[in-house]
Amino acid sequence: MGKTLFDKIWDSHVVQVIPDGPTQLYIDRLYAHEVTSPQAFDTLRDKGIKVFRPEQVVAMPDHNTPSDQQEVINDPIGRKQVETLARNCAEFGIRHFAMGTKDNGIIHVVGPEKGLSLPGMTIVCGDSHTSTHGAVGALAMGIGTSEVAEVLASQCILQSKPKTMRINIEGELQKGVVAKDIALYIMAKMTTSGATGYAVEYAGSTIRNLSMEGRLTLSNLSIEMGSRAGIIAPDETTFAYLKGREYAPKGAEWDKAVAFWRTLKSDDAVFDKEITYRAEDIKPRITYGTNPGAGIAIDETVPVLDGMSEAEKAQLTVQLNYMQFKPGQKLEGTPVDYCFLGACTNGRIEDFRAFASVVKGKKKSPNVVAWLVPGSWLVRQQIIDEGIDKILEEAGFELRLPSCSSCLAMNPDKVPAGKLAISTSNRNFVGRQGPGARTVLASPLVVAASAISGVITDPRKL
Amino acid sequence: MKQKFNIIKSTCIPVAIDNCNTDLIIPARYLASTTRDPKFFGDAFMHDLRYDADGKPVAGFVMNQPEFSEAPHEGCHEIIVGGQNWGSGSSREHAAWAIAGYGIRVVISSSFADIHRNNLLNCFVLPVVVSREFQQELFDSIAKNPQTIVTVDVPNQTVTNEATGHSEKFEINSYKKHCLVNALDDIDYLLSVQDKTEAFEKTAKKW
Repeated sequence: MGKTLFDKIWDSHVVQVIPDGPTQLYIDRLYAHEVTSPQAFDTLRDKGIKVFRPEQVVAMPDHNTPSDQQEVINDPIGRKQVETLARNCAEFGIRHFAMGTKDNGIIHVVGPEKGLSLPGMTIVCGDSHTSTHGAVGALAMGIGTSEVAEVLASQCILQSKPKTMRINIEGELQKGVVAKDIALYIMAKMTTSGATGYAVEYAGSTIRNLSMEGRLTLSNLSIEMGSRAGIIAPDETTFAYLKGREYAPKGAEWDKAVAFWRTLKSDDAVFDKEITYRAEDIKPRITYGTNPGAGIAIDETVPVLDGMSEAEKAQLTVQLNYMQFKPGQKLEGTPVDYCFLGACTNGRIEDFRAFASVVKGKKKSPNVVAWLVPGSWLVRQQIIDEGIDKILEEAGFELRLPSCSSCLAMNPDKVPAGKLAISTSNRNFVGRQGPGARTVLASPLVVAASAISGVITDPRKL
Repeated sequence: MKQKFNIIKSTCIPVAIDNCNTDLIIPARYLASTTRDPKFFGDAFMHDLRYDADGKPVAGFVMNQPEFSEAPHEGCHEIIVGGQNWGSGSSREHAAWAIAGYGIRVVISSSFADIHRNNLLNCFVLPVVVSREFQQELFDSIAKNPQTIVTVDVPNQTVTNEATGHSEKFEINSYKKHCLVNALDDIDYLLSVQDKTEAFEKTAKKW
C-alpha cells in the first residue's frame, strides 16, 4: 500500500521518534511575525544561544501594521512590538521584511508569492493560519511561542503524528461560488472540531480546477475545523504559480525540483478518514454565529431551536444574542455597516479581481465603511498594474496598504461595538474585529455585492 | 511557570463554554505586548467575559460568582473544567500564559484543540482529556457543591471526582510525563540532541 502525501513529507523530516513520546521533526522554514516571536527571542537570550539556522527563518510584521499609512504606528505598544521584531532580526541575523517596504505583507500571502514556501517543505509559524502554505504541497502547521523558540534554537519541533483525513470535492462549482464558499461549506459540515487530531489533504476534481489563490484560501481555513494542516498535492497549477518567483529554484535546480515535486502525491493510500462533497451542492455562503462552522447558504435561514438538545439550544442562543440575529431569520437583506476585503484568507490578486468584477460600474453604498486591504505590497502593485485600483476608485472604494487590518483588531482597523461587518477574513469570534463587533464571514463576491447594496446580498442577484 | 507535577487536589472553576476559543481566553489587544509577566497575562485571562466595556465585573460570569472568584492557590481553583473543544482557533500561546498566569495548573475537558493543547503543556499546565460523561458529571458535582474536590494524579495518570469517587485514566506519553514530573522543557531536550539534528541535515535530500 502506498503512502499519503502527508506521510511522505512527515516521514522525510523525522530526525527521531522518542520512545513513547513525540517525534522530533525537522523544520525547513520558520516564519516569524511580531506578535508571537518576542518572548521566543527572549528565551534564546536567557539561554545565551544563537539561532541555529538563521537562513531558514524569514520574519515580517503584519498584525500591528496600519493600513491607512505606514509612516508611523501611533499605538505605542504595537509600535514597540514591531520595533522589537526588527531589533531581534538584526541581533540574530534573520531576514526581515520591514513594514512599508516592497517585500512586506501578511506572512501567509508573502511566503507563497515569493517562492519561500515550496512543495515538500515542513513550514511552521507562530500563527494558526500557517496551514495556508499547505496549498503549495507543503506540510505547514501553526505552533505556539515556546515552539517558535524551539525552532529558532534547534530547527526542530516535538510533535505527535496526527491522523490523516482526505476531503474530496468533486464536480463543477456553480456561478458565483468560489474557494471561500467551499471552505465555509466544509466548516459547517465538519464543525470547528471535526478535524481535530488530523492533517487534512484536499483532493478531487474541484480542487484540481482551483487556482493557486483559491487553494491558498481553502488551506488557510483548515485550522477552523481543528485540522493541524491542509495539504494540496502540487501539480501544473502549483508549478506555474511558483516558477520565476523570487526565492523559487532557478534553471537546472528548478527542473530537478519539479521532477521531485511530481512525486509528492498520495499514492494508493488509505486515510484514517475520507469524506467526499459535491461542488454542485455548494452555494455562496455566509455565517450567522460566532464560530466559522456556524454558516448557511446565503439564501437559507438561521437554524431554529426546534429539535435541538438543551445544550445546543443554549449554545446557539448565546451566539444569536451576540449577533443580534433570530432563529429562522433570513439574513439576506440585513443592513451591514462595514465591509472588509483582505486578510490571509482573501487578500490575494484573484480576490481583488473578483471584488472588482462585481463593483465595476456601480457605486458603493453610502451606508457602509469599506476596507480593501491587499495582503502584500506585491499584490497591491499587481492591483495597480492591472488597473483594478481605477475600477475600485470609480466605484467609490479606496485601496489601502498591506496589513492584517480588520481581521483581528490589533491595528487601527477596528469595527466598533455593535456594528455588523461582512468580511472575507477567517474568524467571526466574539470581539474578533473589535470588542462587541459582529462579523459575518463571506467570499469576496458576497462582500462586494453587499458593499454595493448596503445589505447582505447574493452576488448572483445583483 | 516551570513547576514539578505530582498530585494536585483542588476545587475547580467550571467554564462550561463549548468551543471556547483562544480569542475568548485572551483578547487580541493583550497580544501586542513583549512581556512575559505572568500577572499581566493572568489579569487578561477571560477578560472580556469577566469585565464589561467599562471595566466593571460581569455579575453573571462564573469567575465573578463568590464561590468561584477566589484567586487560585494550593487546593483552591487550581483546576478548570472546560467545555468541549477547549482552546480552538488562534495559536496564541498568550492564552496558555493567561491560564498559567491566573494560577491554573490543570484544564480538564472532553477535547482540546491541538495547538492549544501543546501550548498548555509547554507552559506547564496539564490538559486532561476525559469522557463527555465524566466531564458532565464534574459540572453536575460542582453545580451541586462548588467545594467539590478533584484529584489529578500525574504519576498514576488518574483524575478523580471526589464527590462521587469516580475516576478516569488520562493519556500522557511517558516523555511528556517525565518532563512534567521533573519540570523539564522541550527546548533543553532539543538542544541536547543537536548532534542528531546535524546528522539528519547531512543526509536529508532536498530534491
